[in-house]
Amino acid sequence: MNTLLAQFVNLLGAVLLMLAFAMISQRRILSLIYLFTMQGATLVLSTAVVGYVTHQPHLYLSAAVTFVLKVLLIPYLLHRVIDRLGIRWDVETLIKIPTTMLIGIGVVIFSFNLAKPIAQLSSALASGTLGIALACVLLSFLMMITRAKAVPQVIGFLAMENGLFFAATSATYGMPMVVELGIALDVLIGVLILGVFMFQIREQFDSLDIRHLEKLKED
Amino acid sequence: MSLTGLLSQLLEIVIAIALAPLMTGWVNQWRAWLQNRSAPSLLQPYRLLHKLFNKESVIADNASQLFRAAPYVVFGCMTLACAIIPTLSTDLPLAPAADAVALVGLFALARVFISLAAMDIGTAFGTMGARREMLIGFLAEPALLMVLFSASLISKSTSLTTIVETLAHREFVIYPGLALAGVAFTMVSLAENARVPVDNPTTHLELTMIHEALILEYSGRHLALLEWAASLKLFAYSCIGLALFFPWGVAEAHAPLAMLLALPALVFKLAVGGCLLAVLETISAKMRIFRVPEFLATAFLLAVIGLLVHLLLAH
Repeated sequence: MNTLLAQFVNLLGAVLLMLAFAMISQRRILSLIYLFTMQGATLVLSTAVVGYVTHQPHLYLSAAVTFVLKVLLIPYLLHRVIDRLGIRWDVETLIKIPTTMLIGIGVVIFSFNLAKPIAQLSSALASGTLGIALACVLLSFLMMITRAKAVPQVIGFLAMENGLFFAATSATYGMPMVVELGIALDVLIGVLILGVFMFQIREQFDSLDIRHLEKLKED
Repeated sequence: MSLTGLLSQLLEIVIAIALAPLMTGWVNQWRAWLQNRSAPSLLQPYRLLHKLFNKESVIADNASQLFRAAPYVVFGCMTLACAIIPTLSTDLPLAPAADAVALVGLFALARVFISLAAMDIGTAFGTMGARREMLIGFLAEPALLMVLFSASLISKSTSLTTIVETLAHREFVIYPGLALAGVAFTMVSLAENARVPVDNPTTHLELTMIHEALILEYSGRHLALLEWAASLKLFAYSCIGLALFFPWGVAEAHAPLAMLLALPALVFKLAVGGCLLAVLETISAKMRIFRVPEFLATAFLLAVIGLLVHLLLAH
């Protein structure tokens, strides 16, 4: 039973990786938010399963916090932001999407190789997922780099936190509760601040293209 | 070669040829229901075939022998493909003739013949359709191969019967790599079967059609064979999907009685798969032809990641 559940955690890791990849190849902001919500839901499920297998009730709590925050609250906030800003248009990218995906494959191979020796030292339930989590983090990072608009960058940032959270639960059975709550609060505050920030960017430049921010430099 | 093997092989071919138009009718019916249209009868594809077989076949003056031969070659390829995919039993005498790689080659052979035949007459539409078909084909084949390799890595064999035996009759194990391969396979089969995000099977709008452009010059019994072959291709792809991802219910070798159970299981799985296909087609919009390479590249990369995930988690 436990081996099957461990394999199930691996499967959820693969789903997480697939969603991270789908985010990279997605142009529309609205679909990006849906994908982010799905990533959050996968994370909730995997945290709860790890909690059940290892008999750690505090993981249930962190799953609940993740559910409220990443499946309900943040997607709602993001929906409200793109409604207010009136941006449901195609996402503009700096590099073409097929190129980004090829780079993404390279990133995945890199992180799998990087995580392999570390995973062999660990005796945790699903130590193989460390590589997947690392790949998720780097893919989200790649997404932040390749997007020119502010909202996809924020979503990339949030997806990166999802990857880190997955690494924490699957490889080390979760961080201490205090740290977890602190991070959850940070993410929430971060989204609120970035929301305000996006409105400010648009008011200043009539666009959410962050290349305009370069004009702020003094020569 | 045993008698039961021969029997199961024959039964499988007969069932594929008989059920393939029914499957097409089922998908069309669900599509119509989901799109708030009144649905055609489930037997409509059979009526179409009957009508076409009774009609005269008109062939252009400058058509070569290739044009006449292509429908038979395509139909033969699809029938053979259906014969080597284990749908009812893994005890198939024809299965050693072709493994997963050769199966992809078989689909490619049919594609080359239908494209050549479309170019043979020299009409603009046929040529355009043939070029688009080859574009989609050369992008879809590597992705399909990668999907099949993901499954081959698990069973250490490229033979489809061995893959099904490994997946269905050993201890139940979740393979995360196969989940990624499954998504990739869905994308590839949508493209290969001229389904909605890539091509609309019911369209006759000149600029968007791919499959219809290829068979535009055919009529009568030739068209009937090609339509039947298209149904068989959908059937074959559905069966590959079932064999790789939902292989439970397929009878083992030396268990001929299990085939009694395998047939209802197959029909049930195909019915559910047909519904899902109709849902997928209804919720997605057709994409521009220039987006298709991106769509298929995503499928290929997902399949590669599936392989990598399997290698990562295998040790």
